[in-house]
Amino acid sequence: MNKTGLIIQREYLSRVRNRTFLLSTFLLPIVFMLFIFGSAFFSSHSKKEEKKIAVINDPGMFRYNLKDDSGSVLFYFPAATDTTNYLNKGYDALLDMNNDSVHKTFTLYSQRQIDLDNKEIIENNLDRAYANNQLQENGISKAVVDSIDQQTTDAYAITNNVTKEKGETQKVNVELNYGIGFGCGTLIYITLLVFGSMVMRGVKEEKTNRIVEIIISSVEPFELMMGKIFGIAAVALTQLFLWFALITILFAAATWLLPSGAMNHAQQAAQALHGGGYDNTMQLKIAAVLQTIHSINLLGIVGCFVFYFLGGFLFYAALFAAVGSTINEDSQDTQALTLPITMPVIFSFIILSSNITNPDSPVMVWASIIPFSSPIVMMGRIPGGVPLWQLGLSMTFLIAGFFLTTLLAAKIYRTGILMYGKKSSWKEMIKWAFRKS
Amino acid sequence: MNTILELHNLKKYFATQKAVDDISFDIQQGDIFGLLGPNGAGKTTLIRMITGIFYPDSGSITFEGKKFDPVSDARHIGYMPEERGLYRKMKIGEHALYLAQLKGMGRHEAMQKVKLWFEKFEMQSWWNKRVEDLSKGMSQKLQFVTTVLHEPRLIILDEPFSGLDPVNANLIKDEIFRLAKNGSTIIFSTHRMEQVEEICDHIALVNKGKKILDGTVKNIKHTFKENHYQIGAAVLPEHLMTPIFKVIKAQSDSLLVQLFEDTRTNDVLRYFINKNIDVYSFKEVLPSLSDIFIKLVEGSPEARQFQSIN
Repeated sequence: MNKTGLIIQREYLSRVRNRTFLLSTFLLPIVFMLFIFGSAFFSSHSKKEEKKIAVINDPGMFRYNLKDDSGSVLFYFPAATDTTNYLNKGYDALLDMNNDSVHKTFTLYSQRQIDLDNKEIIENNLDRAYANNQLQENGISKAVVDSIDQQTTDAYAITNNVTKEKGETQKVNVELNYGIGFGCGTLIYITLLVFGSMVMRGVKEEKTNRIVEIIISSVEPFELMMGKIFGIAAVALTQLFLWFALITILFAAATWLLPSGAMNHAQQAAQALHGGGYDNTMQLKIAAVLQTIHSINLLGIVGCFVFYFLGGFLFYAALFAAVGSTINEDSQDTQALTLPITMPVIFSFIILSSNITNPDSPVMVWASIIPFSSPIVMMGRIPGGVPLWQLGLSMTFLIAGFFLTTLLAAKIYRTGILMYGKKSSWKEMIKWAFRKS
Repeated sequence: MNTILELHNLKKYFATQKAVDDISFDIQQGDIFGLLGPNGAGKTTLIRMITGIFYPDSGSITFEGKKFDPVSDARHIGYMPEERGLYRKMKIGEHALYLAQLKGMGRHEAMQKVKLWFEKFEMQSWWNKRVEDLSKGMSQKLQFVTTVLHEPRLIILDEPFSGLDPVNANLIKDEIFRLAKNGSTIIFSTHRMEQVEEICDHIALVNKGKKILDGTVKNIKHTFKENHYQIGAAVLPEHLMTPIFKVIKAQSDSLLVQLFEDTRTNDVLRYFINKNIDVYSFKEVLPSLSDIFIKLVEGSPEARQFQSIN
């Protein structure tokens, strides 16, 4: 076996056989499942408290039209209530309309700040009440207006068919793709940081316990660095694969064992966890997910995930190794040295999470091509479909970027690994990186 | 004897220091070669160039008659650095196997050798223990084993005895002699002079990145001898003022004297005979390497100063 192979083998086995690895591999899926089922249980057993809102000085158009269907707020139109006594009368908030039918801004008095959800709900209810009132003023009877209002609440849904090249169309599920994309991006983000810092710690350990001098009298520093990076990449893939397999098995077991009601709650909770938010159409959406699950190119997504995970890991791992090589026993400055590496990773995730609902926006397209952010951001776009040229460009850049960072990092590593007692600055490291060897 | 290693005008400059500044010497096969120098003299940098860890800025290294190639010659070199460590979580047997395989041994061959050496050093029961469970002396023994396991033709030991008790130090010392007798060449780096006198055939002394001395221990001692003689006598003469020697130290029954130039040893004996004093012993006292070392290094500032290059 060649020497890099030996190093990969040692790095892999010493970590996989470790108790921490076994614990995190088997406990995490269980904790994850417990979390989902637990939060589903709590959300189905805890009822949201309805807020009582007293409305005063109604200009006349709201009294018979203002109502809420979501179960979040209840509107009352009490007499002789004002800002001084609404709390004593048992209301949570007071909406003062100032008898104003022209300006559309009202003031809400409450003991504490109202939450964002309720603010939105009240505003929507006001809009609806205003529209219904307008209809009635234009001669439509209240009975008709109410009946229309009931029929049109969440009545319509869109299913999206994507037109392919030869005029074929394929049904896609926007929510599902969004969930998968965001989930994959998040997973890459977390694993990149976790396994990246594992590389850094490994390098630091070799340096501080001084085995490194013995090793590099047998192998080239580059072989040692690459052996470590690939060994840990293999550990990461093993762990991801085991997590995936375990979660699938646990989900299958849960579906089989638990009553269907509990499963529904669990799915809702899972969806909510992935940032979907909970609303009235969730049940419909879940049904749609089950119908369109075959529309997902699972193999393609898994393939891309593995590519972007490995590509992103290799791109950053060399940099983490370079930083690890410059750290001394006293690791006070570890934070300062790792920050320039973790910043782009965190920034990529911010781009992903703030633009995921609009995956073809320019910032997403660019961030999915630039290798610093592409592993995280591109995964958010892939399930919804990405033009081939963008995918190709992004992959090419990532591979090229990997070679570039590795080349520069290897030079820093080579120098840093034998420097003791001296604090290294980024300025020095950049000097080492661009020095001719 | 064959020359196994030749260093030609090696230079290695760091940003603030001429770590190795034009050093050349040869080492013969089978020698135990002492590389001496005060702290910070450049010994470790020199060794790192010989082991292929550093590339020299200029100069060349010839190993067994050919230009030194760090990749292919690593197999034939065993290096035990001064600051040495092991993977703490690894099992001891596996660790020894791993290092042997990194040197290019096959797994089967490595296994045989590890077992052989573990037996020799009575370490068989350690096999499944973890490195972190070893005491300092024990891990040093393990390190020595992993250094010589692959039967290197050139063995470089940087302060191999530091932290070892006398029993284990002797064990390793005997092993060093045995390896040299079987044809391995040993470079022994230290600043412990008494060990050097005991073990080494040849030495080179470096200070401030330059070689200031090399040769056999015997020759060097003769070069630096100061005509000191130890005389054991029954009664010491009362008047010790004589034109032939100077007394350096007088004890009740012995004298340490320095002969003046042109004085022959027999003149001294004659002086005692004339005084009718019985001489029990008469012995030349050669300077210890330690004295020579201090004499040569003295006068240079104690700590090496940082210097600017170019």
